[in-house]
Amino acid sequence: MATDLFYKTIAELGCLLETKAISSAELTQAVIARTKAVDGKIKAFNSFDEADALAQAGASDRRRAAGDARGILDGIPIGLKDVISAAGQPLTASSRMLANFVSPYDATVTARLKGAGAVIWGRLNCDEFAMGSSTENSAFGPTANPWDFSRVPGGSSGGSSAALAAGEAIATLGSDTGGSIRQPAALCGVLGLKPTYGLVSRYGLIAFASSLDQIGPLTRTAEDAAIMLGAIAGHDPLDSTSFKTDLPDYRAEATTRRGPWRLGIPKEYFGAGLDPEVNAAVEQAIAFYRGHGCEIKEVSLPHTQYCLDTYYIIATAEASSNLARYDGIRYGHRSKDATDALDIYFKSRAEGFGAEVKRRIILGTYVLSSGYYDAFYLRAQKVRTLIRQDFLNAYKEVDALLTPTSPMPAFKIGEKSDPLALYLCDIYTIGVNLAGLPALSVPCGFTGGGLPIGLQLIGRPFDEANLLAMAHTYEQAHGWSRRCPVL
Amino acid sequence: MSTAPDLDIEHVAKLARLALTAEEKATFSAQLGDVLHHIEQLAKVDVTGVEPTAHAFPLVNVWAEDVARSGLSAEAALRNAPVQRDHMVVVPKVVE
Amino acid sequence: MNYEAVIGLEVHVQVKTNSKVFTRVAAGYGQPPNTLTDPVVLALPGTLPVMNKAALDAIIKAGLMLGCEIAPVCKWDRKNYFYPDSPKNYQISQYDQPICVGGSVEIELPGAARNVMGEHRRVPLARIHLEEDVGKLNHFATESLVDYNRAGTPLMEIVSDPAMHSAEEAYAYLTSLRATMIYGGISDCDMEKGQLRCDANISIRPVGETKLGTKVELKNLNSISFVRDGIAHEIKRQVAVLERGGALVQETRDYDGQAGTSQSLRSKEMAHDYRYFPDPDLMPVKVDDAWKSRIKGECPELPFAKQRRFFETYQLPYTLTSVLVWDRELADYFESAVKIVGTGKAQAVGNWIVNDLLRELGQAHVGVTETKVSPAHLAELVELIDAGAILSSGAKEIFIEMFATSDAPSAIADRKGLRAAATDSGELEQWCRDAIAANAKAVAEFKAGKDSAINALKGPVMKASKGKADPKLVDATLRRLLAS
Ligand SMILES: [Mg+2]
Ligand SMILES: [Zn+2]
Repeated sequence: MATDLFYKTIAELGCLLETKAISSAELTQAVIARTKAVDGKIKAFNSFDEADALAQAGASDRRRAAGDARGILDGIPIGLKDVISAAGQPLTASSRMLANFVSPYDATVTARLKGAGAVIWGRLNCDEFAMGSSTENSAFGPTANPWDFSRVPGGSSGGSSAALAAGEAIATLGSDTGGSIRQPAALCGVLGLKPTYGLVSRYGLIAFASSLDQIGPLTRTAEDAAIMLGAIAGHDPLDSTSFKTDLPDYRAEATTRRGPWRLGIPKEYFGAGLDPEVNAAVEQAIAFYRGHGCEIKEVSLPHTQYCLDTYYIIATAEASSNLARYDGIRYGHRSKDATDALDIYFKSRAEGFGAEVKRRIILGTYVLSSGYYDAFYLRAQKVRTLIRQDFLNAYKEVDALLTPTSPMPAFKIGEKSDPLALYLCDIYTIGVNLAGLPALSVPCGFTGGGLPIGLQLIGRPFDEANLLAMAHTYEQAHGWSRRCPVL
Repeated sequence: MSTAPDLDIEHVAKLARLALTAEEKATFSAQLGDVLHHIEQLAKVDVTGVEPTAHAFPLVNVWAEDVARSGLSAEAALRNAPVQRDHMVVVPKVVE
Repeated sequence: MNYEAVIGLEVHVQVKTNSKVFTRVAAGYGQPPNTLTDPVVLALPGTLPVMNKAALDAIIKAGLMLGCEIAPVCKWDRKNYFYPDSPKNYQISQYDQPICVGGSVEIELPGAARNVMGEHRRVPLARIHLEEDVGKLNHFATESLVDYNRAGTPLMEIVSDPAMHSAEEAYAYLTSLRATMIYGGISDCDMEKGQLRCDANISIRPVGETKLGTKVELKNLNSISFVRDGIAHEIKRQVAVLERGGALVQETRDYDGQAGTSQSLRSKEMAHDYRYFPDPDLMPVKVDDAWKSRIKGECPELPFAKQRRFFETYQLPYTLTSVLVWDRELADYFESAVKIVGTGKAQAVGNWIVNDLLRELGQAHVGVTETKVSPAHLAELVELIDAGAILSSGAKEIFIEMFATSDAPSAIADRKGLRAAATDSGELEQWCRDAIAANAKAVAEFKAGKDSAINALKGPVMKASKGKADPKLVDATLRRLLAS
């Protein structure tokens, strides 16, 4: 149970730090020791800089001693998915292409966390360039699910979810292009929030699909997610797609709003392919909300069946262009065998990228190529409009949607070798990215085999406060979020 | 598995500047063939009169004022360069 | 057979801004390699573009000056291609929705003689769009060294219709376009610094034929005269090929201006497929009427319009206007001086500027804005001469001294003894009274508030003094008498 420091929440640790019951140095030491003890089995980290983390913790303690503590995050160790830049630290995207790359600048989220006093801790494994749903596509090897080492932690932010579930960080950041925060959160039994597109700056996030990517927190509780969101959200002049909007006090809203809410159950999300145990857990969660006084209503998102195709066209097209910069010229892997400048491209990219990245670059290049643009990319953008409309129509009747996060619990490493089968893991999460909506996954039970199950709540644009309040309300009545794997 | 009739993987790999082995070409063709067959169903959607969505929340005129700030030193700019000389990135001679 | 050439030009003009087009690191020329970069310019992982407002203002201004339609909404597209000078391996550009559409460049074809105005016509434009410049490759024996200082500089691409028919016409087009850009303060257009670059699409067809012939793209035309020479050379080459019974191939050729020869750039081994798509990192630009009219207010009068006005207002000959109007500062200088002396003496002012000032400026290698001869002093010189106050043989000497010292011409005339004669104040006052008595109309106008009417009184005074009177003293005396 959660008696160890490294299994506590930000909210709890914030109190302990504030009352000086513990120091950030102690907490950071505890997290480092835990990481050293368990990461040989989990392999959540691509790298960590112990001395740097302890220096940050020391600085936090000195601030606090001087009465200059910056708030609840001051001194809390936060892990970053290895696609989020931190100045002077490696940034690999779990790719051989960037194996030796050191970033000279902070992502906006990193700068904001540092500004809040957080201890930036470690670079977390993921699918290469965030392309995948299992963290098996990492050039540095797969990450294991802390609940069952033979299973995947989900992906692409699998290192972020596994590290958190294993007590190797107090909270982490992930990125979500088609479910990459929510699905690993579900598979590892933690909470993962994908914010509304434009709420959190993408500056310093290695781009996969620019119009879909969004950074978000993985935490133990909704309250922690609210704290993290409060720190990283808000307009950034360095990201042209970032929104100027007034932000609520997410933590206060999440912990005080009680609903009841009008909740929609999209019928298309409960069809064939949904694991019965997952279905049962989600049904129970629905029952809970009904019992809480929420109006539950079946709704329809008629274009759901087109989400996957739309997503794979848009995401791969954007990715093929975003990943063109990895060419071995200015930085990154350069092939030793290249004889001329053109050769550097072909060979460096062949050697630097893994199979899934190559597949997606090929697909994305193809759908944009001469003669195919209208049939694929342009058509997908139009279908995207219809998909978004589906959600906005549903919100005329309900405040949020309730669905499973993943059609199945964590599967075995190596089990899904066919790309298409793996792409189907994202069917409940990708519509949200296409529509630019906020959504979170909150633990809602376990399978008979002891694997976590996630409930997905999908909200109106910029309605994170209500989603977090819904999740908080649920957590208050259930113990799922307090369960820890035995390691 | 099936091969997409239209996917000329040699040509596409050239555009993408990716050297693929014969094996990769065969595997990717087959796998992407499956994906493309799945994608074909998009042709069924009636999109007449539907505007494309490039951004979920359209903004316009997002810019900054023209105030220059200092950037990276040449050393910092080239810190990750595989080969450099005289503060420049070195590549084998580029012929047009 | 007689052939007609069909020429279209693609001109790239660097926009003069403080910072780059999609990031705020400084833009500039001549800095040590890779010192004008930041993570965005280098396309480091995770970086994002943010538009430069000034670059947008500049291209709208260019469009308005050239009579383009400014698109109410335009967007950004990625042009995907790999090249070592292109950090992202795509260029942010505008594909199907450029910011400026249509418009034209007014040109003057060569006249029958140097001092005769040639025919004017307008070369229609297809579009102008904004994009980013790439870095620079420095080629050595076995390696190329890349400097990214230039990468990300705002670049306008100005595309003409294929509507020109001779090298002279292309030359006139480029001259006019360049002057327009300089006038607007949009670019310095220094071709040596790569601030203006030109590619030409050239084909020929039998006279009377309406279908276009096989197009050849001519690159590396890196001076305005190379543009003219290169195009002339290419037209000759194409005619020769056809007359030999050969066939032209669509290709890109590289023009060597020094040697006066061109060479085929072997059709690139890879076909181009730029895979344009809207850049998801940037939002569209919406240009409303208020924005347009604000920029409209900043647009200067263009050279040819100025020339027409100079003809009408100052009755200047072509030989003077054709020099004065092409340099905005020179034209401004001219008008400042004319404002003092009156339009009647505009030609005298123009002559001094075109003949003497430009000669001295050229020898000293300085621009008109730096000259020590102020428009007021030039005006005074013209008045002194007009009034016969200085020996006309001494005027040139005075001017040269003015250029060297920035002293007033009257002071120089006194110092060098170049005045026609000396004068005393009793005499002067009498001459002034006489002039007032004899010019009732001017006196009335002056008293009614038309200050320049006093000039009509000065002439007779200067004449009576045989040019000896000090113009300042004349002015002061006249004013004193008129006020009493
Ligand atoms: Mg995923
Ligand atoms: Zn261009």
